[in-house]
Amino acid sequence: MSTPPIDREPIESYEITGKRTKELTRRQIKKARITGIVMFALAAVVMFFLAPAAAGTSTFGLSFAEESIQLPPLSVPSQGSLWVLAMVLGFLGASQFFRGFQSKTTVILGIAFAVFVFSLMVWATAGEEFSLISMLVSTIARATPIALGALSGILCERSGVVNIGIEGMLLGGAFTGVVMGSLLGGWVGLLAATVTGGVLALLLAVLAVNFRVDQIIIGVVINILVLGLTSFLTAQVLVKNPQFNDAPIFQAIKIPVLGDIPIVGPMFFDQTIIVYGMFILIASVTFLLFRTRWGLRTRSVGENPKAADSLGIKVAKVRYLAVIYGGMVGGFAGAWFTLGTVGRFDEGMTGGRGFIGLAAMIVGGWNPVGAFFAALIFGFSDSLQQKFAVIETPIPGEFLAMAPYLVTIIIVAGLVGRARPPAADGQPYEKE
Amino acid sequence: MTTTTVKGTESPEPKPSRSFLQQLTTGTDWKSAALIPALAVLTALIIGVIIIMLTGSSFGDAMTAYWALLQGSVGSLKAISETLTAATPLILAGLSVAIAFRAGLFNIGTEGQLLMGGMFAVWAGFTFVGLPFYIHLPLALLAGVVGGAIWGFIPGFLKAKTGAHEVITTIMLNYIALRLVDFLLKTEIFQREGRNDPVSKTVEASAQLPLLLGWINPGLRVHLGLIVALAAAAFIHWLLFRTTTGFEFRAVGANPKAAQYAGMSITKTYVLVMVIGGALAGLAGAGQVLGVLDRATPGFSSGLGFDAIAVALLGRSNPWGVVAAAVLFGGLSAGGQQMQVSADVGIDLISVIQALIIIFVAAPALISAIYRLKAPVASTQISKGWGS
Repeated sequence: MSTPPIDREPIESYEITGKRTKELTRRQIKKARITGIVMFALAAVVMFFLAPAAAGTSTFGLSFAEESIQLPPLSVPSQGSLWVLAMVLGFLGASQFFRGFQSKTTVILGIAFAVFVFSLMVWATAGEEFSLISMLVSTIARATPIALGALSGILCERSGVVNIGIEGMLLGGAFTGVVMGSLLGGWVGLLAATVTGGVLALLLAVLAVNFRVDQIIIGVVINILVLGLTSFLTAQVLVKNPQFNDAPIFQAIKIPVLGDIPIVGPMFFDQTIIVYGMFILIASVTFLLFRTRWGLRTRSVGENPKAADSLGIKVAKVRYLAVIYGGMVGGFAGAWFTLGTVGRFDEGMTGGRGFIGLAAMIVGGWNPVGAFFAALIFGFSDSLQQKFAVIETPIPGEFLAMAPYLVTIIIVAGLVGRARPPAADGQPYEKE
Repeated sequence: MTTTTVKGTESPEPKPSRSFLQQLTTGTDWKSAALIPALAVLTALIIGVIIIMLTGSSFGDAMTAYWALLQGSVGSLKAISETLTAATPLILAGLSVAIAFRAGLFNIGTEGQLLMGGMFAVWAGFTFVGLPFYIHLPLALLAGVVGGAIWGFIPGFLKAKTGAHEVITTIMLNYIALRLVDFLLKTEIFQREGRNDPVSKTVEASAQLPLLLGWINPGLRVHLGLIVALAAAAFIHWLLFRTTTGFEFRAVGANPKAAQYAGMSITKTYVLVMVIGGALAGLAGAGQVLGVLDRATPGFSSGLGFDAIAVALLGRSNPWGVVAAAVLFGGLSAGGQQMQVSADVGIDLISVIQALIIIFVAAPALISAIYRLKAPVASTQISKGWGS
């Protein structure tokens, strides 16, 4: 990353040599202090705000009623558990403040946030029953478009083309998916969504590879264009012809045996075809990118197009293919919003998921599996917000709705300095 | 699509050394300054006709729609007033994006900064009762500036200190601002008495921007904000091209490493540019609530921040170019209203046309290929991926 955090500090030199200077150590101590204080603050919130207000027991449902193997719900005394959780946070904060976890700081901070979120859940469900399993299932479902969006970005960026237009590809896929789905059935809709993403990606590829237009501008344009076009067509066509906006919804398909396992079954083996598609795509793209000749070529073009070119790899062709594949994944992801959930299209219904996917890509280090886990975090915060809105916590719904965006900022700000994009990402290549 | 582009790949010879920023600073030849944007607008309008016809309307319907567009933008004094009213926030928000472009930053957060500025301004507008207008109005405008500047400071600071890409942080801050406005409008401080829906209290008359043509007809909505916007354009022009600070902005935008080597502070530039950009966007929001709406409602920014990106690109990040582009887009927006009412063609078509205009302006080689112009201009490059 070219932006040094502090001016006139010889950052570049130790980045290359990997040596720790005194300056860096002092900054590490400062960082340990700050994160320690953050954990203390979280502990204080749990101790003094959440615990006094929590009475009775918090019950977490672990099974759906219709499942064959029933797990008993998990019941914990609300106040007591909050005290314990506050003490755990306090202990973590103290160790961090005085000793520092050094390289494990990020992990510890992650654990602290997880403990805090669990405290929030215990507090919110005090005296009530809360279906944890339905939240976990919806976490996977909500992570799906984000993970696929991230995958779309990874495919493009591994070949050196920045794709800010994921949001537009999602929205375009959602729109054509519902129209074709209404006319010719869900499978055709899914295909149409995938093709739409591919066509939008073709626009990106033409402008980025052939015309060398700034890739961030193209992405922004794709987003505005698709938002405008779908909104226009919705108002002109879909409102007057509601039969075009009424597609069949893909139902969850339960996989025999595996689907009966408690907790894991409903989460991973009783989902819609789009969710299964996400798992298959994550696995296959990981394999293709890192284990095949095509993947090696794509990555080499993204890292050093000149070297790749000198070895006889056709840079433009590789980029075209990778971008179009990425776009198709993005369009497929768009189908989730319509064919996978409600079966109808609303203007701007993707609500920034494409950008969150972009953040998941960065957090996951341009790696499909990493991006999937990052998407799970976003999916979790998304579904937590929905659940909290239902059980009417004293936290205003607007703040809960902000959570995924806030999490994105924190993660991008905390991680991007260390995340390393493909070296030639965003740079047009001109053959000499 | 593909046939033209394949042709286009062979003929144009873009000079990679000539970056977008260099074009912006030196692009004074009439072809890049006027011809390409004009042809871009024309081509986008032609594609607009095709889109209208694809929805089942005839060519005649499309022409009726465009006639309404023309009538609604420049057809009468009222229409011109509406065009200028719509152009006012676009000038300020466009300047916000443009100044960030100059420093190599992509400020997509104008929308959120505009919302926050508007909320601050509306608060100042209804809270202070009994002040004379020459104190109250500047105070409310200043509040808008502060609100926007705060919202611009965050991504600037994060970019400078952690390297978090401003495109992502500003987009996220847009969503957060949107929710924050929803929340604030339901609090006792903001919500109008006796209302259950999220509507803010009305701005005091002493804080409202006076109408410029109210003496002809009170229905002519163009307000003092237009003068403020033009003054801001003059100020930004002066700042960018006549001061050391402006030179540093442009130097950092052209080559951050070289600028740093020359002793300029990148941190300071990034933060300052985003603060100024946020302040301009906040002023745009203040102008909307104090001059047009007199109150705040959820999402009162209505996509102005995104139109501003198009305005800045079309105006080639030159303050006076931004003014011209904003007037054009203001006309499209005012005419689009008329088009929706009298020709039943949705106003969203305007954003499609705007997106197409940006494509053609950003890729002049496309225009050159379509119209077979000689010596095509290089495509735009403002960013270098996630790194810069």
